[in-house]
Amino acid sequence: MKEKMEVSSNPHIRSKDSTDNIMLSVVIALMPATLFGVWNFGWYAALLIVVTVFTAVLSEHIFCKICKKPSTVRDMSAVVTGLLLALNLPPHFPLWMASLGAVFAIVVVKMLFGGLGQNFMNPALGARCFLMISFARYMTDFTCDAYTQATPLTAMKAGQSVNVLDMVIGRTGGTIGETSMIAIVLGACFLIALGVIDLKIPGLYLASFAVFLTVFGGHGFDVSFISAHLAGGGLMLGAFFMATDYATRPITKNGQYIYGILLGVLTGIFRLYGPGAEGVSYAIIIGNLLVPLIEKISLPKAFGKGGENA
Amino acid sequence: MKQCMERLYNGLIKENPTFVLMLGMCPTLAVTTSAINGLGMGLSTMVVLALSNFLISALRKVIPDKVRIPAYIVIIATFVTLVELLLHAYIPVLHESLGIYISLIVVNCIILGRAEAYASKNKILPSLFDGIGMGLGFTMALTLIGLVREFLGAGTLFGFSGADLYGTPLPELLIGLVERWLDPNSSNETVRFFYKLLTDEIASFTPMGIMILAPGAFFVLAVLTAIQNVMKERGKAKGKDVSKIQSGCNSDCMNCSDSGCAKRLIEPEELDSEEVCDFDDLFDDENPGEEEAADE
Repeated sequence: MKEKMEVSSNPHIRSKDSTDNIMLSVVIALMPATLFGVWNFGWYAALLIVVTVFTAVLSEHIFCKICKKPSTVRDMSAVVTGLLLALNLPPHFPLWMASLGAVFAIVVVKMLFGGLGQNFMNPALGARCFLMISFARYMTDFTCDAYTQATPLTAMKAGQSVNVLDMVIGRTGGTIGETSMIAIVLGACFLIALGVIDLKIPGLYLASFAVFLTVFGGHGFDVSFISAHLAGGGLMLGAFFMATDYATRPITKNGQYIYGILLGVLTGIFRLYGPGAEGVSYAIIIGNLLVPLIEKISLPKAFGKGGENA
Repeated sequence: MKQCMERLYNGLIKENPTFVLMLGMCPTLAVTTSAINGLGMGLSTMVVLALSNFLISALRKVIPDKVRIPAYIVIIATFVTLVELLLHAYIPVLHESLGIYISLIVVNCIILGRAEAYASKNKILPSLFDGIGMGLGFTMALTLIGLVREFLGAGTLFGFSGADLYGTPLPELLIGLVERWLDPNSSNETVRFFYKLLTDEIASFTPMGIMILAPGAFFVLAVLTAIQNVMKERGKAKGKDVSKIQSGCNSDCMNCSDSGCAKRLIEPEELDSEEVCDFDDLFDDENPGEEEAADE
């Protein structure tokens, strides 16, 4: 009886949400984009995804064993990291490079900083940039059996016209998971419906990016130009699945607004003025690095503090 | 000679300036893009370090305490200028690839650190060997980092690639191996499929460009330091005295000569013994021959 009457310390409210559940729902939400990528680019894309996910999970398990810690593989976060990384790779990327990227994402970006929740940077994006700098030639080679022309963003940068409808459906060249806007938004709607992510960061990200393009893009309010930029490249994947990463986004509400706007502006700068056509991954990584500062300035005042007479 | 050998060991292993003391990080990170660059930088620093230690130790009773740092810098800068001009004249390639970092040896904290912590308090020959030991430790660390970075980032070792050693590049050798097992013209579709998969993988073997860029330096330095720390932890677990592996620095530079590493270096009984290489008294000694015999 005594045990039942005793009040434990807070928190008292329990939720069914757990890391495993959330990660599993993210994996499910990524399935439309994954399946579309495999259908679009063929069997090699499927092999690439399987190898990357497998390496990510294996490296997390081995790292935990080497450090003599309980294996954290069961929380599914390594699966999400591996899957996101694979979706960010060109369809004919060599398998050994993809594995190296997965090991880098898990061991260097995530585990060395203390594992899930302690990483200061999105592991999949960190690995993508690592691969981008290491093997630039392979990371920007999007030619495959189905698509031999440049990606829509590169074509736009070169001043060519693009078919926006194809970009929305996803029948273009690009990385495995980024091409289909419809598939990504489908998965994102699933996550929003479950309450895993909300629209604060992605909404502000896309809106501020669109505003930036309208002001600085040189086309004025040109719907086809802006919608092509919104549908092209990794913007949708980045906005819904990477910018919203729990570990690397700001915790505070105001901080999340600042973060979303910052990402939109940075992506706009990189896409319009940068040397490459794409800028989402670098924008999100720089955003990740600024998160501690954003949280510092957006910390809400505690109740009773900060009034006029404080 | 015992103390001199101890100095060499100290600089190379016990108080390795790069891996243990974490000094001189600027050249360590900047010039180690290849093993040759690391070796060149390390040796240039070693020459300056040994000579400046030698001269500062010789002048330690002449230099007034209040202006000792400017005096040290003048001495160090003199030797750096000498080394730079010599490099420019005789090894212009190395001079070009090291660039500004040769001049920056002047402000290398290892050199000023050894001048302040050791050479200004000790006799000439131990100071000279302290400089050589520290320089060798620095050279070893830089060459090691350069070796790893060059191997991963450019696929060569000291500028030699696999093609130089075996005649054929490594990917071609591996493809030849694959052909032994899988026949590219086989009638079996699965065999041809795996042949294509494997050879495509092998043909994509390229060095990781990031390793010869700035981030690569941090990765390699961190991994090498981590390996050293693991060895230290293992030693601690076995009950060895790890203070010998880690530096003797107690982070109290003001009282270093009383309680820190500088004190440990001057063992009283060693000073009295005949084995100490005492070059200092050579100048006013009436019978230098006897002194040299004692050294040997």
